[in-house]
Amino acid sequence: MTVILSGVEIARRIEQAFSGAVIEATPEGAVLTTDVLVDVCTYLRDDPDLDFRYLVSLTAVDRFDHFEVVYHLQSIHANRLAVLKVKTYDRENPEVPSVVSVWWGANLQEREAYDLMGIRFAGHPDLRRVFLWEGFAGHPLRKDWLNMPGGVMPGLERFPGEPGGKLEGRG
Amino acid sequence: MVMKTEPFVVNMGPQHPSTHGVFRMRVTLDGERIIDADMVMGYLHRSIEKLAEERTYTQNIPFTDRMDYVSAMTGNLAYVLAVEKLCGIELPERAQWLRVIMSELQRFASHSMAVGVFANECGVWFTPLMHMFREREKILDLFEMACGARLTTNYMRIGGVSRDVPAEFMPAAYKLVKELPKRMGEYEALLLESEIILARSRGIGVLLPERAIACAVSGPMLRASGVAWDIRKADPYAAYDKVDFDIAVGTNGDVYDRFLVRIAEMRQSIRILEQALEMMPSGPVHARIPTATVQPGGAPSAPLALRPPVGEAYGRVETPRGELGFYIISDGGPAPFRFHIRSPSFINLTPLPELVRGVTVPDAIVILGSIDIVLGEVDR
Repeated sequence: MTVILSGVEIARRIEQAFSGAVIEATPEGAVLTTDVLVDVCTYLRDDPDLDFRYLVSLTAVDRFDHFEVVYHLQSIHANRLAVLKVKTYDRENPEVPSVVSVWWGANLQEREAYDLMGIRFAGHPDLRRVFLWEGFAGHPLRKDWLNMPGGVMPGLERFPGEPGGKLEGRG
Repeated sequence: MVMKTEPFVVNMGPQHPSTHGVFRMRVTLDGERIIDADMVMGYLHRSIEKLAEERTYTQNIPFTDRMDYVSAMTGNLAYVLAVEKLCGIELPERAQWLRVIMSELQRFASHSMAVGVFANECGVWFTPLMHMFREREKILDLFEMACGARLTTNYMRIGGVSRDVPAEFMPAAYKLVKELPKRMGEYEALLLESEIILARSRGIGVLLPERAIACAVSGPMLRASGVAWDIRKADPYAAYDKVDFDIAVGTNGDVYDRFLVRIAEMRQSIRILEQALEMMPSGPVHARIPTATVQPGGAPSAPLALRPPVGEAYGRVETPRGELGFYIISDGGPAPFRFHIRSPSFINLTPLPELVRGVTVPDAIVILGSIDIVLGEVDR
């Protein structure tokens, strides 16, 4: 049976190695500062006791005044699940460090979060949209997407940089 | 004589039978070898995550059928599990067992399709697929008895299942489960030592265990690499903690092992079904939803909509393709505040470019087939 490691517990473990890394610890997850995120993730992955080598899920949440990026980590040997979060308050250009260097499995999931929520993952090797085309206006999972100034404008250049990227007469 | 060559870009898909839907792989070729591959997806993107934020919790169940349309029951189950976690709902026994039976029937049906189509791609042309569709058809008939639909079942409900199975279901299920081991014997005789499958699938698309974990792949793909990780054992849901079965594990992590793991899982599904049909108790199939989660008096728009308490939950099941998880955040309203789907088909594609690098185009098709993606779930 998977033990869900409480956010308070995981925060205590992180604080031992990186003091000041945890902003907030609730039972639902530990909120980290963005500047040490990659170091903390590497520590969580490589520490033999914690052993969070499997990134189950990475996603982003729009909380109106800030964005949250939520990481679900799994330790296969100890069978424990932990939840980490980071917050970014910049709505115009939200940026969070990429964890692709820690878990390669974050690759497509960060592209998805970038595509649908518009969060830039600094250090991602290939940050492109994954489902929508590059010309798509806005990021649909944002809560204010339908109220965008100018509305939705599909039909822009679909795959820039690709030969024949613009599909004539098609949205 | 020295011939001047240059890299050549080929689009495989989106309209190509080997891509299992509308998936495009832009491969760069040097002669016949693939030197680079780029995945283009989203042709089936319906933005289910956004749509779900506008609908009540119950209204969202049909969306989960339409993600992995080859395995709708397990999709339903993953979603309702997450909502039940959020609300803290306890299920009656019979509903738990019905969920196990439906999930395992679905796994058998889905794996028959996966294995049959995979054999097709190797060149074992259509005979195994048609044989397997014979049993899949009977399973779909059982689903039709239980819920009226064959593919988009919409059977699971928050707190149980939509209705109890009719009287004729159990005899038909017993009969089928009795017959399945014999059919499995036929498939194994037909496929396991098949010269064509051996020649086409051994030693290609090798994914080492450490790499499989790093890439966050799940399901038969992870187990074929030798990692014994199955949510049914590791984080049991429904009544899986009461049944006895083995996790099928591969050794080499190649395409052939993924195929073997699926065949072995079909055997294990039969084993689970035999136990579940024996152990299923009688009783109610739906829990009483605690009144605290129902709006007292009711808002005019959604008078009896379920309103889970503020919080978040991550519910997951082992679908035939891997770990399907729903991360749901509630703000106390009738619709989810955030509805995220951790889709196994999508994440299992992560190592695809490195698996196809250096192989030929026909091998790339077999490797893609061994991942067993469903595009409804990749794109959502």
